[in-house]
Amino acid sequence: MSIDIKMAWRNIWRNPRRTIITISAIAFACLLLVFMLSFQFGSYETMINSSIKIHAGHLQIQAKEYQEKQNIRMVVPNPEETGRILDNVLYVESYTYRAKAFSLVSSKNRTYGVMVIGIDPSREKMVSTIKNSIRQGSYLSMEDKNQAIVGRLLAKNLGVLPGDELTIMGQGRDGSIAATVVSVKGIYASGIDEFDRSSIQIPLTVFQDVYTMDNAVHEVVVIGDSLRNISKIKKNVQGQLKKLKENEFLTVLDWEELMPGLRQGIEMDLTMGIVFYLLLIIVVAFSILNTFLMAIFERTKEFGVLMAIGTTPGRITKLLLIESISLTMVGIIAGIFIGSLLTLFFQYHGIDLSGSSELLAQYGISGMIYPKLSLLSALSGPFAVFFITVLAALYPALKIRKLQPVEAMLHV
Amino acid sequence: MNIVECTEINKTYQQGKVEVQALRGISLNIKKGGFIALAGPSGSGKTTLLNIIGGLDHADSGTVNVDGQSFDKMNQSQLANLRLHSIGFVFQSYNLIPVLSAAENVEFVMLLQGIPAAERQGRARTILDDVGLKDKYDRRPAELSGGQQQRVAVARAIVSNPSIVLADEPTANLDSKTGQGLLEMMKKMNVEKKVTFVFSTHDQMVMDYARRLVLIHDGLIDNDLVKKN
Ligand SMILES: Nc1ncnc2c1ncn2[C@@H]1O[C@H](COP(=O)(O)OP(=O)(O)OP(=O)(O)O)[C@@H](O)[C@H]1O
Ligand SMILES: [Mg+2]
Repeated sequence: MSIDIKMAWRNIWRNPRRTIITISAIAFACLLLVFMLSFQFGSYETMINSSIKIHAGHLQIQAKEYQEKQNIRMVVPNPEETGRILDNVLYVESYTYRAKAFSLVSSKNRTYGVMVIGIDPSREKMVSTIKNSIRQGSYLSMEDKNQAIVGRLLAKNLGVLPGDELTIMGQGRDGSIAATVVSVKGIYASGIDEFDRSSIQIPLTVFQDVYTMDNAVHEVVVIGDSLRNISKIKKNVQGQLKKLKENEFLTVLDWEELMPGLRQGIEMDLTMGIVFYLLLIIVVAFSILNTFLMAIFERTKEFGVLMAIGTTPGRITKLLLIESISLTMVGIIAGIFIGSLLTLFFQYHGIDLSGSSELLAQYGISGMIYPKLSLLSALSGPFAVFFITVLAALYPALKIRKLQPVEAMLHV
Repeated sequence: MNIVECTEINKTYQQGKVEVQALRGISLNIKKGGFIALAGPSGSGKTTLLNIIGGLDHADSGTVNVDGQSFDKMNQSQLANLRLHSIGFVFQSYNLIPVLSAAENVEFVMLLQGIPAAERQGRARTILDDVGLKDKYDRRPAELSGGQQQRVAVARAIVSNPSIVLADEPTANLDSKTGQGLLEMMKKMNVEKKVTFVFSTHDQMVMDYARRLVLIHDGLIDNDLVKKN
């Protein structure tokens, strides 16, 4: 081992208690950052996945502007044709058709304005998790005619149970009045309160009949094999659609475009997290700066000796930087290691977050959260700590250059 | 041949509001191979002069040449390099790097000079043997007596074959027997290796050992005696 590194290492341990405190501070900051970032990333993934699986899907084919205007006349007229395209697109796992209309739904005593969604029960269950979130009664089947499943909160508000009747009244695609009576077959609790409060699902064939849709739908909802491949699927489908002139008015939207609020929520949460982490790192950096300054002040006379025997100021700066960087590295490696172990533990066992933050609840997270350790979450925080700590160490190390040898020698 | 040439050196310190003239136009030449003592009362300017010769401090006026190089336009790094190659220092106390062993302290100078590790180790051991510290290579300074520490300091000062070794009261913290041992050792190095030594001292024994005695008083040379023997 070179004398430089030997020297640095021994100097670090000259005051073991102070060194251990400093290393612990660095390690703790890193540990916290690794865990918190992994936790955030994990919760985002859960949020995204649950929203995607409940209603949005990874991608949707819609008529242009339907997303903004939600106009019943903006339809995908030949869903089977888009279906045939999707059958041949790589990475597409499954897809389904939906039609939607805002309508009034009444029970005996109450009326609410809700989104009535026509679904294809056989296809829908491969795309969304609603089938698994039926709490009372049962899911729709292919044979069902005038039957509906209702969101938990809506059912509560309407005061209905499975078997009760509901009247749906809205406007059909052709402007005529659309009205029908359905009986409640099941009640679902998706976990996203907003969705459970304002949606009711009926068989697509019934919907198309009641709302005079002919064969048309509003959304072709696509699930891909993973989030990674979504942009590839999107490009591919867009390309295929363009080949047919009659499809010109169709567009492909990905989950971020379908749920802009989710993306904004994540960005805001992440930004606030980062501000907090920066403050944490700066506090740690100041305590480290203090340690380095003290260590150097105590050793001024020694620097005088070093200069007297011919050590250049640059060399002394280098020696000091080796010291502070090794110290920091020990703390950072310990922090990454312990932080990763902790994160992996909770990644496996989960964290119970019943009654969690509003943002999470809004996007379907109310039970367990699983932090997700990744290279990014394990390294970005500690890297920032390293960067800022080295900056803090640079100040005293450069201050040495101003020191005159005689002054240093006089120092006791 | 002169290794050190000082001409008309002035140095004034500010002590609060009072100006103290530590050196008042001293001129001094030192020849190669000398064994010289600077003596004089406390506060007469001995340390100041040694520091200026060693490039640790700047003179207010006057010129300093070591090894034919003028200090005039040198910056900190250049002065450090000159010290590294041409000047060795031994101070009254606290000479060594506490975290390095005796051998590593000696090696450190050679490390700075870029000498390869194997050669460094060999030379450090040889020189420690020369100053009488066989078997003490791996001791840290705290594990050595004052006299032994001074010997390590001398070994470190001469290991790179400097033109001159400046020693500021090297025996002041030692009992007379230990001091004498150190002096004998330096004398041997002076004779065998032709190392030039300049001491500042209050110690009569050092003055007795010196072959040239420069008496300083109030920042001026009072007397310059070259002994004959
Ligand atoms: N850094 C300084 N600041 C102010 N005054 C100083 C400084 N260094 C030395 N002096 C003053 O300069 C004068 C010469 O000091 P110097 O240390 O050279 O004396 P010295 O001969 O080495 O004394 P001693 O034998 O006690 O070591 C003294 O009056 C001293 O007080
Ligand atoms: Mg002195």
